[in-house]
Amino acid sequence: MNEVSPGHTVRTAVIVNGEQVDLDHDARVTLLDFLRENQGLTGAKKGCNRGECGSCTVLVGGRRANACMVLLAGIDGAEVTTVEGLTVDGELHPMQRAFVDHDAFQCGFCTPGQIMSAVACVAEGHVGDDGEIREWMSGNICRCSAYPQITAAVATAAKEMRS
Amino acid sequence: MNVTTMGTGVRRLDGPAKVTGAAMFAADHRPTGTLHAVLVGSPVPAGSLTHLDTTAALAVPGVVAVLGPGDLPRPDPRLDEVSVPPLATRFLPLQDDRICYHGQAVAVVLAGSLQDAEHAATLVRPHIAPAPFVVPADAPVRDATTAEGYAQLMPLTEQVGEPIDPREAPVHVAATYAQPDRHNNPMEPSAIVAEWDGDTLTVTDSVQHVYAVRDTLAAALGLDQEKVLVRSPHTGGGFGAKAFVWPHEIIAAQVAWVMGPGRPVKLVLTRAQMYAMVGYQPAMWHDVALGAAGNGSLITVRHDAVNTTAVTEDYVEFATATALSLYASPSISTSQRVRRGHVNLPTFMRSPLDGPGTWALGSAIDELAHAAGIDPLDLRLINHADTEPATGKPWTSKKLVQAYGEAARRFGWRTRPIGGTVDGQWRIGCGMADATQGQFRFPSQARLVMDRTATVTLEVGFTDIGQGPGTVFPQVAASVLGLRPEQIRVKYGDARLPFAGPTYGSGTTIGVGAAVLDAAQRLRGELARIAGWPADEVSCADGRLRRDGSQRVPFSRTDEDIPFTALMALHGGEVAVEGSFALPGGVPADAGPAEYATRTFGAVFVEVAVDPELGLLRLRRATGVYSAGRIVNERTARSQMIGGIVWGWGMAALEASTFEPALGRWHSQNLAGVALPVNADIPAAIDIAFIDEFDEHAGPLGAKGIGELSATGTAAAVANAVYDAIGVRVRDLPITPQRLLRRG
Repeated sequence: MNEVSPGHTVRTAVIVNGEQVDLDHDARVTLLDFLRENQGLTGAKKGCNRGECGSCTVLVGGRRANACMVLLAGIDGAEVTTVEGLTVDGELHPMQRAFVDHDAFQCGFCTPGQIMSAVACVAEGHVGDDGEIREWMSGNICRCSAYPQITAAVATAAKEMRS
Repeated sequence: MNVTTMGTGVRRLDGPAKVTGAAMFAADHRPTGTLHAVLVGSPVPAGSLTHLDTTAALAVPGVVAVLGPGDLPRPDPRLDEVSVPPLATRFLPLQDDRICYHGQAVAVVLAGSLQDAEHAATLVRPHIAPAPFVVPADAPVRDATTAEGYAQLMPLTEQVGEPIDPREAPVHVAATYAQPDRHNNPMEPSAIVAEWDGDTLTVTDSVQHVYAVRDTLAAALGLDQEKVLVRSPHTGGGFGAKAFVWPHEIIAAQVAWVMGPGRPVKLVLTRAQMYAMVGYQPAMWHDVALGAAGNGSLITVRHDAVNTTAVTEDYVEFATATALSLYASPSISTSQRVRRGHVNLPTFMRSPLDGPGTWALGSAIDELAHAAGIDPLDLRLINHADTEPATGKPWTSKKLVQAYGEAARRFGWRTRPIGGTVDGQWRIGCGMADATQGQFRFPSQARLVMDRTATVTLEVGFTDIGQGPGTVFPQVAASVLGLRPEQIRVKYGDARLPFAGPTYGSGTTIGVGAAVLDAAQRLRGELARIAGWPADEVSCADGRLRRDGSQRVPFSRTDEDIPFTALMALHGGEVAVEGSFALPGGVPADAGPAEYATRTFGAVFVEVAVDPELGLLRLRRATGVYSAGRIVNERTARSQMIGGIVWGWGMAALEASTFEPALGRWHSQNLAGVALPVNADIPAAIDIAFIDEFDEHAGPLGAKGIGELSATGTAAAVANAVYDAIGVRVRDLPITPQRLLRRG
């Protein structure tokens, strides 16, 4: 196995919110730091940087992932969707609208991660009832503790997204 | 006042920004030329730094500097004049060789890339001559020093009436209730970007009060206040951890000064550093003894509280505030003492004072109810405090009896099965407790500007930590000006704006709300002056100023009215007014009007399920009904109360930061080894209601603070429900499976 020294540069190509990005980068860069520091996409937040809080949740190849736990170099060719990519022509995604309608946040720091996680939760089919939503949304901590409202928002958006 | 926009559930005006990622938090700022700063913490809790080996770190390409003690400027002597609080702690790391707690910053690494800075930080080798350390919980109990700081905030001992030995009362209980250290853990770690431009310092910070940061940094760096610009666009939760000014904020400004203009410094604490560089709620032991007559009427209340603190200074968690305020008793005795150890300094955490206080007293009163054979709700009604027990002062407003009644009705308290029922392997129990919180008021100002197009802008430097001020204050202005809240632009989170009181102590709405109300009334008065009408004969609706008809019936057919736009054309320029809320005597803070006692109240009822075989505990449902003055926005208020009950559940069942006694450090410094409530812990059935109330004495808005009230009472209600379910009285939080299995 080749040893990668600190600062070693690698080349990665990803599609971020529909746009192709090719770049040479430090091999240590996580997907989260790439999005925030390189792409200026600061919707995904760094709450713990070790996969515990879910504030950095984005979609990689349509599946939810903690961006802080993903090395950019490891996802060459992947499609990445962030909260900034959910809005189409200024129109809120049904999940974003449901979060506003159900008052499913306070400070808003965990919210982009909650919403991306929720979009994937619907796609995974883990929205059969409130109990299932609560279980499958438990990777995203909300310290303001808007949990009942988050569950209600996911349930409402799920109906709209599936119809 | 037009009530169409007050009290109703107006949606958060910053909702779209927060669901799209557009809302900017401190760490989202990336000014050109930013240097990433990474702190290196002490690996031991006590000793002295003999040498800082930076060779390997400096050899990392991209590293610009490694700074240690002696490399940063000394704080200006003016810092000595800043009181603690709002300065969080007088002990400033990186100024000398003293090590007082694990994780204390001993070096700062700076690099152009975060990866280089983080890597180099692992290569810094602090050489430390270790010294013996004291585990806080093992330290002797002692009096706190009142020379300065937190111990001065309230009396350390109180004696109301004559001391009475509770054991002489016909019915009496006495026990020790304990609670662990708990960390605030807002989702957003503290972050600051500091940038010098000539002699002006600009910081973008993650805080609960921009003005305290401005004043403290100006003092620490010897600058005029106007040379320090502080912005806090959104704060990702604080819960007290960002209330006061912590060392990392001063360090970031000092480091940026060393780096010079054009090199902004961005310091984002790691989650682990959130356990060392900011405060937390300290571990506490409450000795509570109650004595009552046979009819349940209290004769004496005794509460002796002890909390852990640091060796650097004393933080006192005034949990005895509840004993002095909640239940009527002719004799009340309280004391507050501390145990000092080698740990970072605790701080206020949601909910300070009454959070711990209601846990201890709310458990003890339940034990008294069982000892006396009286329903816990009836015992509370018997001991209802019609005036403040400690002082005899009348309340500004209190509708706790109505809250008890409404909560009991909604919960079904009077018809509940008593003593636990069975649902499969689960034993079901119900419990209740009081919620209450003292109030703080802070002076505030607000500016309202109506421009030539009649667009209204509200300018006031409050911080948004999530409770909804960016919605609530436009609502207040809109209600007077006859506009929709979304028609009012709002500028906030910037210390150049009119002074807003802090976003802590549940004090935002009372103070800032009153200033906004005053500004809105003044603006309406200015519009009347432009129209040539008496200010007391006008009202506003639909973007028009109306002169009320002779019958003084608003908007009768005899009204005259003029569109705001026409008034502004007549005026020929913008209209700007300043509103204010000042406290009697010009003091910077008070606890309500001096002739009254000011508090919020509520009743929390919970139903829990306990699996006695496995020691599992689950929340099934909760009802909270609150007497908290006028509710400006039911929607955002409801969210705060739900959040508070979840905080209470975390306190009751989950949260504890363990101090590892062999290593002298927090055992888990993350979000995995410290349990916090997640979605799966919380049922949908959290029922919230507010008693209709207008507190005319607390402030002109009629409102009081609710953010901390919400997180009081629940822990006791849960413990009381556990007792109801399985007959086990748990007096040590959190109520873990181990404690349930060993039956207390």
